[in-house]
Amino acid sequence: MREITLSQAVNEAIAEEMRRDPTVFLLGEDVAEAGTPFKVLSGLVEEFGTERIIDTPISEPGFTGIAVGAAMTGSRPIVDLMFGDFIFLIMDQLCNQAAKTHYMSGGKLSVPMVLRTNLGATRRSAAQHSQSLHALVAHIPGLKIAMPSSAYEAKGLMKTAIRDNNPVVIFEDKLMYQDKAPVPEEEYLIPFGVANIKREGRDITLIATSSMVQVAEKAAEILAAEGIEAEVIDPRTIVPLDEATLLESVKRTSRAIVIDEGHQSYGITAEIASRLNEKAFYHLDAPVLRMGAMDVPIPFSPVLEDLTVPTPQTVAANARKLCAGEMIHAA
Amino acid sequence: MAKASSKAKTNTESYLRMYTQMVRIRTFEDNANQLYLNAKMPGLTHMYSGQEAVAVGICEALTDADKITSTHRGHGHCVAKGADYKAMFCELLGKEEGYCRGKGGSMHIADQSHGNLGANAIVGGSMGIATGSALRAKLQGSDDVTVCFFGDGATAQGLLYEVMNMAALWNLPVIYACENNGYSEYTKTEEIAAGSITARAEAFGIEAFKVDGQDVLAVNTLSQELVARARKGEGPFFIELETYRYHGHHVGDINREYYRSKDEEKDWRGNRDPIVRFRAHMVSEGIASEAELDALNAGIEQDASAAVAYALDAKYPDISEVDMHVYAA
Repeated sequence: MREITLSQAVNEAIAEEMRRDPTVFLLGEDVAEAGTPFKVLSGLVEEFGTERIIDTPISEPGFTGIAVGAAMTGSRPIVDLMFGDFIFLIMDQLCNQAAKTHYMSGGKLSVPMVLRTNLGATRRSAAQHSQSLHALVAHIPGLKIAMPSSAYEAKGLMKTAIRDNNPVVIFEDKLMYQDKAPVPEEEYLIPFGVANIKREGRDITLIATSSMVQVAEKAAEILAAEGIEAEVIDPRTIVPLDEATLLESVKRTSRAIVIDEGHQSYGITAEIASRLNEKAFYHLDAPVLRMGAMDVPIPFSPVLEDLTVPTPQTVAANARKLCAGEMIHAA
Repeated sequence: MAKASSKAKTNTESYLRMYTQMVRIRTFEDNANQLYLNAKMPGLTHMYSGQEAVAVGICEALTDADKITSTHRGHGHCVAKGADYKAMFCELLGKEEGYCRGKGGSMHIADQSHGNLGANAIVGGSMGIATGSALRAKLQGSDDVTVCFFGDGATAQGLLYEVMNMAALWNLPVIYACENNGYSEYTKTEEIAAGSITARAEAFGIEAFKVDGQDVLAVNTLSQELVARARKGEGPFFIELETYRYHGHHVGDINREYYRSKDEEKDWRGNRDPIVRFRAHMVSEGIASEAELDALNAGIEQDASAAVAYALDAKYPDISEVDMHVYAA
């Protein structure tokens, strides 16, 4: 199978859906000729023109609100939010408007829009361009949250998001745009709420999202060399969450670590760990462990920044302790 | 300025319709206020009384295909855009037959069938939505126009300036209708708005107009002209409508002399009431007699009483609906 980058996968998904559905358009900062700072959208304006690939001023709440209104009245806009950190700027439009419109109208109005943005530290971009803020929006009923972990997922989830009749937020890992993965030539979609078992194992379940899937897979390799068989599961969407697959795995392995790049406190890891504790408690041989980003603003200095996120080594070390029956006190 | 287009409305039928719609709003609000005072309505609500000529003058220039976005003070826009009393009262009382199956209430009432995209409880929260609706019209080659209603208080929100900038850059068919009722919640507008309100739009190259919001004919004449121009791609436009809210910020805002005097309220009610003024004009022009208009008023009051009674007796939504409509299928 051919291999393409995550960036190309996103580009292909958007182009295919724009060809298929004339109501799809995209807007955001520097999306047309510039193709975004990460060059993810390069070439789209040449095919679809500036009417459908729309450069906006640096007005995140404004163009997000415009997308909400366009979606409510018959378009399928894709909002390009240059950095996930800018989500703080658009909270009212996303969480008070887009997320609630369907419910508040008793199901009469809907907001079929996609907000594509990114997450991920270790790019030496400091505290306002490195955050992983998906937990903030996952907290709001009415939004769906997709977290692709490779080019394959990025394409399939984006196509599903564009066809979904709800506001969907897709977080791409900005460090993975150049990472290649096998992606079929023929069309495919990845349904929301279906987790992917990336690696099977009997001793411990590593549940990881987005950038952390690779970290978990590397940790599993380290552990395998020591005779510990780790199962790695990528939920792919955190809203909706494929709880059944996670529970089934944890009941088999009796141990779990949840790994995610958002801040650990009050985060995705806490939510998933809590559900496992509530619904698989009597199958567990150890407490479910959370591993998220440290609860500090992301520092600039590389030696400090690298300490803030889980690594294959830290994940393997914790897994080793859980499997040995040692107590771990979360940081 | 708008002589040619005003001709279309200088007939008995359209005058009667505008009068009827204004009275329907006033009557709706009187009944809603009574429901609140009698503790029959959950929560609270914001009265539109006094501002009727704004909603009616503008919405009578629109078709059902045209869209509006509304505000927390939104009952007037909803009635003016064509909504039905029964479904509105049911919504205010949280009943299943309400426009939003009781899930929105007064502050989120929406009536998609007549192009009302909904009231909004965030001040200025719908400015992006209105502008996006206009962008959709332009992209899809549709000639419908979107009117964004908001108050003077909302001119303090940054979102307005972001979306006016884009609407002007992209020539969108949107009309920003600023209902300046003199008060930003419990504070005089002059204390929260520096400079001129219309100049805010003019800074973006948007043609801006100031009109007496108590004069339904003036509002309608200007609106017809601007809607026609917006359909031809000459938008966006901005209108500041000078008006007055008779009640407090919300129905519970009773003792309000600390921010505005009873004399001032009396003056607006006594001398500038949009319904009284228009009624006198219709009678003097021989469009309708006092007796005919009295009969019309009585009919509207009967409709309202019947709708209130209906809504009070109507079913609440089944409790199984609580987690329905979080996501669209």
